[in-house]
Amino acid sequence: MESLSGRKKVLEQKPMNFWERIYLPAIFKGMGITFMHMFKKKETTYYPEQEREFSENWRGMHSLKRDENGKERCTACGLCALSCPAEAITMTSAERQKGEEHLYREEKYAAVYEINMLRCIFCGLCEEACPKEAIYLDGPIVPSEFLRKDFIYGKDKLVELSITDLAAQKGVLA
Amino acid sequence: MEIAFLIEKVAIVVILFVVTLTIAAYSTLAERKVAAFLQDRVGPDRAGPFGVFQPLADGGKMFFKEETTPNGANKWLFIAGPSLALLTSFLGSAVIPWGQSINFFGRIVPLQVTDINVGILYIFGVVSLGVYGIMIGGWASNNKYSLMGAIRGASQNISYEIAMGLSIIALLLCTNSLSFKVIAEQQHGINWNFWYQPLGFLIFLVCAFAETNRVPFDLPECETELIGGYNTEYSGFKMGAYMFAEYINMFVSSAVMATLYFGGYNYPGMDFVNLHLGPTWGPLVGVAVLLGKILAFIFFFMWVRWTVPRFRYDQLMNLGWKILIPLAIANIVVTACVITFFDKF
Repeated sequence: MESLSGRKKVLEQKPMNFWERIYLPAIFKGMGITFMHMFKKKETTYYPEQEREFSENWRGMHSLKRDENGKERCTACGLCALSCPAEAITMTSAERQKGEEHLYREEKYAAVYEINMLRCIFCGLCEEACPKEAIYLDGPIVPSEFLRKDFIYGKDKLVELSITDLAAQKGVLA
Repeated sequence: MEIAFLIEKVAIVVILFVVTLTIAAYSTLAERKVAAFLQDRVGPDRAGPFGVFQPLADGGKMFFKEETTPNGANKWLFIAGPSLALLTSFLGSAVIPWGQSINFFGRIVPLQVTDINVGILYIFGVVSLGVYGIMIGGWASNNKYSLMGAIRGASQNISYEIAMGLSIIALLLCTNSLSFKVIAEQQHGINWNFWYQPLGFLIFLVCAFAETNRVPFDLPECETELIGGYNTEYSGFKMGAYMFAEYINMFVSSAVMATLYFGGYNYPGMDFVNLHLGPTWGPLVGVAVLLGKILAFIFFFMWVRWTVPRFRYDQLMNLGWKILIPLAIANIVVTACVITFFDKF
């Protein structure tokens, strides 16, 4: 049939000659190639000890952010839970009491905030949905666990450390 | 005298058994390591230094896994299949001469379980029994894939055994003996049969790949088409038995190839070494050389596995019936003519 685009190339298939038909030279050549790979640099990353470099927009474990004064940004509006296609996020909201102003930025906050890491597909829709810039998927790879219940991450694992916590941690280290 | 003979043979059998099992176990590790290195990876390296305890971990896993038997399976044959595969794979190593006779505290001990004068026929008999393990296992599973694998295994083994036997006949014309011991002794130094029978060796090698069901002739198993073929329904230790049988088969056929074509325990300069190390340590060097040759062959098996893709079934049959068998017959004719010519003139 005539080619309309004019870019069609008909491959010419020549009948194989004697050496090609007995296959052995080709096999030995292939074996030479595979053998040379024995001495090449290995691509393996020894994972728990070494970590692969991730790209800038890589999405890992979630973290709930604090503002510049160390107050939690999340107001428990539920938009992240609503946007989540895997329904991995649940939360319970609570009203801020007198004397808690240094902990939470606004009058409402998430008393319980849970992400089921087995359900999460790391699509990043929660961070897009968040109006308060409170959730980001900027953490490392979620580690493996032995029990399913351990994959439900609460605020203890998700909220980023406050300035005082960081100072305390540094104090321990120092 | 009789008691000493018995102890000597039992000791050789036990040592051989342990060595075979160890090599088979470490072949599983070597397979993964070789695969990894050929693919620019490092392979299992967590269990002990360089992963040397990996076979133990794998074996432990095999033992503790749940063994399931399919509902429609023939219960007795389902157990008989892997048992037979394992049994026949062990039998082959009995006639291999592992070294020259050794002087063990003044007693001359031949390093061979038994020297039967039809050793090659014995090997062929045992090896062809191996296909029953596959056939029975595939049949007893009551699974279409397993049955397909079993049928493929049977027809493949039958067609390749002919070419293998024919390639051996040409070798026998050169050696004039069916005994492994005599054949090994004839190849003193570097006078290996490979130099006289290169084509025969090539045919034998290809057939050995087909007999041990290794890639590129792993059609009875082929994970991608038959989901494991004859061992689809097997789990736990029975699966392990099949896997072990495959590796032991590989070990035995490597030993047979090394003995028949590559001089067995012979190596250039062996007289010099024997003279200087004495009648006890000299033959042991020969044993080490034979083991080295066997390990090289096992590496070759693995190397080919990660290079050559699997044959299609009709290609396999074409290669066996239309190429290897005529080639082997031509090899016999040429060998016979050359021998007659040199004898007469």
